[in-house]
Amino acid sequence: MEQAAAEPRTLVEARGIGLRRSGRWLVSDVDLAVRAGEILTLIGPNGSGKSTTAKIAVGILKADSGRVTRANGLRIGYVPQKLTIDWTLPLTVARLLTLTGRHGPAEVTQALDEVGIAHLAQSEVQHLSGGEFQRALLARAMIGKPDLLVLDEPVQGVDFAGEVALYNLIREIRDRTGCGILLISHDLHVVMAETDTVVCLNGHVCCRGTPESVAASPEYIQLFGSRAAETLAVYRHQHDHTHLPDGRIQRADGVILGDGHAHGDHAQCDHSQKIPLKTEPETKPLAEQASDETTRKPEAANAR
Amino acid sequence: MLDDFFVRALVAGVGLALITGPLGCFIVWRRMAYFGDTMSHSALLGVALAFFFDINMILGVFLVATLVSIALLLLQRRGALSTDALLGILSHSALALGLVMVAFMTWVRIDLMGFLFGDILAVSRQDILVIYAGGALILGVLVWMWRPLLAATVSSELAEAEGMRPEVSRVILMLLMACVIAIAMKIVGILLITALLIIPAATARRFATTPEQMAVTASVLGATAVVSGLYGSLRFDTPSGPSIVVAALAFFLLSLLYGGRLKTRLTASDGSSK
Repeated sequence: MEQAAAEPRTLVEARGIGLRRSGRWLVSDVDLAVRAGEILTLIGPNGSGKSTTAKIAVGILKADSGRVTRANGLRIGYVPQKLTIDWTLPLTVARLLTLTGRHGPAEVTQALDEVGIAHLAQSEVQHLSGGEFQRALLARAMIGKPDLLVLDEPVQGVDFAGEVALYNLIREIRDRTGCGILLISHDLHVVMAETDTVVCLNGHVCCRGTPESVAASPEYIQLFGSRAAETLAVYRHQHDHTHLPDGRIQRADGVILGDGHAHGDHAQCDHSQKIPLKTEPETKPLAEQASDETTRKPEAANAR
Repeated sequence: MLDDFFVRALVAGVGLALITGPLGCFIVWRRMAYFGDTMSHSALLGVALAFFFDINMILGVFLVATLVSIALLLLQRRGALSTDALLGILSHSALALGLVMVAFMTWVRIDLMGFLFGDILAVSRQDILVIYAGGALILGVLVWMWRPLLAATVSSELAEAEGMRPEVSRVILMLLMACVIAIAMKIVGILLITALLIIPAATARRFATTPEQMAVTASVLGATAVVSGLYGSLRFDTPSGPSIVVAALAFFLLSLLYGGRLKTRLTASDGSSK
């Protein structure tokens, strides 16, 4: 990305942050930094402290150790993990958007248009579907033109197609506004294509890096199991083959092809051949490979 | 005009209803009904202490209600008991303490029924002044702080993340509530204050699509309940405070009927269109 040359400003930086509750460290010694125009994804199993870390970063929780620095006058847009709006509170989508700031009707319409739910402006939020509600929350978070968007599991309650569409939308927002995004997800498999840096948490930082390197790291595989790493790969490109270290391709049925990119229908996909997969597909039973193929069909279709 | 006791009662009651509408909405939204009840039950303790230390009664009630809410926040933070158990303990022990203290102070004569159930027909011009001055202050704060109060109600985390201070909102709401209790005690009585806060707000929910609409509708409904309740009490010779609450309840029941019928009509038309 060209932005690397200009050295974008750091929006939020946490150094060695930790949080203690009733004698136990929920998270400890986490470092992270989000720069303008960057998407940083926090992943980890349930209870690994992802939300806690994000809350410390934006200032909802005070860290018991370490330090958080936020850029001067940083505007934050936040999509919380859990938001239930009581039935007793009448709230239309349009009114939800002006919850924390004053915005004219034109701005509201534009923000809703950008997330594709302009037609729902006058609906009550309690009547929205999961996907519509997440879009409304996203519109609400970005209407104030934040420098930093913090999205805590923004695709929960959304079906797979909607999930992909939402992540595309998030990337679009980043591309258009140049804001930094701190994203929280419980797994990598759809997030990764859009993410610059992944931090894998389990109370502490297990590993970090580009999505490809994290997916291939032993810590990640240990935490999520090799199946997760496989799933990830399946999403990126139909995983019916293996790249051998010498650049040749081994198909799932064991046949080795000579040329690295001769394999038909997804030759243009952007996967890196250099990642040596830590799992050993040769020893994997073929039946499992096959079931992978069938269950993951919609994703594979999407990746293409 | 204010020479007539009934006119004074009407003016005072309507003034109070205008305040309790919007504030009651927050209590309903934040699920603080029992919390409000606890604060108002402590008012009798405030009355007793005001007599004991010879200070202004409204001030005494305000201080005690505030103290009780602070005590609740601190106990909640310790997290030893669930909130509703804590509320039950605080609510009833404050009321009992008040009653016991009043009984001990044999040198003052206190009209206990007046405090428990209100004595709106004995409202003086000075009381009216207090209601409208206090009410203007409360409504002023509500309007001024509306956006942060509402944001903190929807999600305190969200408000905090986007640079608001939900803790401040919470404290302000508590203080406003202590204020309303101090003002309202004389009119509907300690035991019925929460009804005037909650019933009009709950009724208004069915007619509103935005929080602001709900707040205004609650005020209007509350004022209507006061007027009809007072006329009812005059006509049937019933106690005024409870009559107002009964009128508010009648409106609530009517709204249920209206809401139910509307809903069936809507679903019926939905069905036919499909």
